Amino acid sequence: MSQMLLNALLLAWRAIRRNLMRSFLTVLGIVIGVGAVITMVTLGNGATRMVSNQISSLGSNLLILRPGQQLGPGRDSAGAPNFKLADVEAIQNQVPALKAVAPVVGSRVTLVAGNQNWSSQVSGTTNDYFTAGNWNIASGRKFESDEETVGKAVCVIGATVKKQLFPRESPIGAELRVKNFSCEVIGLLAAKGQGAMGQDQDDVVLMPVRTAQRRLTGNQDVSTLMLSLRDGAAADPVMEQIRRLMRERRKLSDNEDDNFNVMDTKQIAQTLSGTIRTMTGLLGAVAAVSLLVGGIGIMNIMLVSVTERTREIGIRLAIGALEHEVLLQFLIEAVVLSALGGLIGIALAFVTCLGLTALMNMPFLFNPGINLLAFGFSALIGVVFGYMPARRAASLDPIVALRYE
Amino acid sequence: MSDSAGAPLISLRQVVKTYGTGTAAFQALDGVDLDIAEGEFVAIMGASGSGKSTALNILGCLDAPTSGAYYFRDIRVDELTRNQRALLRRQFLGFVFQGFNLLARTSAQENVELPLLYRGEDTAHRHEASRRALAQVGLDGWEHHTPGELSGGQQQRVAIARAIVTQPLVLLADEPTGNLDSKRGHEIMELLVSLNREHGITIIMVTHESDMAAYASRTVRFVDGNVDSDLGKGDGGMVL
Repeated sequence: MSQMLLNALLLAWRAIRRNLMRSFLTVLGIVIGVGAVITMVTLGNGATRMVSNQISSLGSNLLILRPGQQLGPGRDSAGAPNFKLADVEAIQNQVPALKAVAPVVGSRVTLVAGNQNWSSQVSGTTNDYFTAGNWNIASGRKFESDEETVGKAVCVIGATVKKQLFPRESPIGAELRVKNFSCEVIGLLAAKGQGAMGQDQDDVVLMPVRTAQRRLTGNQDVSTLMLSLRDGAAADPVMEQIRRLMRERRKLSDNEDDNFNVMDTKQIAQTLSGTIRTMTGLLGAVAAVSLLVGGIGIMNIMLVSVTERTREIGIRLAIGALEHEVLLQFLIEAVVLSALGGLIGIALAFVTCLGLTALMNMPFLFNPGINLLAFGFSALIGVVFGYMPARRAASLDPIVALRYE
Repeated sequence: MSDSAGAPLISLRQVVKTYGTGTAAFQALDGVDLDIAEGEFVAIMGASGSGKSTALNILGCLDAPTSGAYYFRDIRVDELTRNQRALLRRQFLGFVFQGFNLLARTSAQENVELPLLYRGEDTAHRHEASRRALAQVGLDGWEHHTPGELSGGQQQRVAIARAIVTQPLVLLADEPTGNLDSKRGHEIMELLVSLNREHGITIIMVTHESDMAAYASRTVRFVDGNVDSDLGKGDGGMVL
């Protein structure tokens, strides 16, 4: 019996080898279908994970207070007043659930050091910013309190700025020219990498808020507040508390809308990953169509070859093959081809995903479910479409099959 | 050469084969009685539509009669199922066709091995038997050529090797020289005669060429679905 099975395997293998081109085309359809589906879903999963990683690197439990109404279409921030440092103090004093309240004042400025120059985002803030933004100091130090109160010309730079302006030497103690004034580099931030929107988070220069107000913006405004919740504090009541406080401070009457807004980064993260999940589903659906098209290709190839194969089946039946032996051979052929195609597709998707995730700085998440699903589906298509024509041919009278033109 | 002792190898009794039904029905065989003894070389002749090919298909267990009895070594073939007939073919019969019917892009040796694969023979035996069969038909050294690389005569020799590799009792040939020129045709006939004489294989051959039929020891002529004349029959069996 095992010899019979061995012989059936040998017969199937010889049939595959005999029709290399046809076998190759059959396999190709499955390879591309399987590869596309797995690649799309894996990249989508990676993107979702990347976004949630970045949101959490931004600082968990982070709220952002900005002037103007809600982000999005129809946003109206033109007439909305900015915040003042007094607002920062008021929030610090009256909302105990916050562990850090960091004002942010900034603009994009050209930096010069030695003979190098580089354009970067310069923000004025306080030491709370390091807490709120989950930043660590790689070398040097944060701001001293007297530097903050008098607005001394000192700054902490991000890894990208260091790379561009101080490629070899340590930047600590060096002079950095910011727009039209010179400031001393006192600290270097630990690198964070790409942000949720693909921006470089390390391309940043921080200085005391008063320094930035006086020397960069020339006014007393604070454009954004970054607020960090204490561990365990719920975001919603705190947001409501901040909203009431700000309405009161801005003396808004009951029929006036908020001219500021508070956002929870967790909400942003959820919205973003939801969007990416939708995109992944969409791309996966497109890839599934290509898998289906691959299946139709297999069906086509199998049907086109049915004339030749019907005669072949006639020969086999005439020289003593039993119907079920011919069917077993065709079944093995179909299974071998589609399994081979599925495996090559999985390997191809693996390599492609490795390359693309490295290129896009995304984590590579191997998803066994989609690999199994795509493999199973392709195997099913191959077996069904390979087996059906053979089944019809094998049930023919051998004489009829031999004469089949 | 023909053995007169015992029952004939093959007996057809009142075999009728009808194709189609109702008014479109066509009676290809009309109550044929035929006995063939072991070791005979029978040529079946007749015009197109005389029923000679239908008779060969039934004798070769490829087709079942509509009515009547077919005994092969006391087995009632007409009562067998499709699978049982296939097993009978596998065990006792070899086929040679007019169009050779070799598997394309497959070496001569793999073509010859095919029936052995279905019999479940192991590799060593398959190789030995297929090489011996190819040597028997004069194709030593051609084992690895595919049909496309062989002449028509050589392809028919491969087909004969495939038919005899299982050492069958009966070799059925359907116009084996029909696609060959007369020189190759005569060579194939000489090969069949030597297989019949030296190995005692019973040969039943359908042909419409009388110079090919002349190689046979017995000629059965079909007219309108029945045996018209039966010349050169040995002592065994019944004369009709």
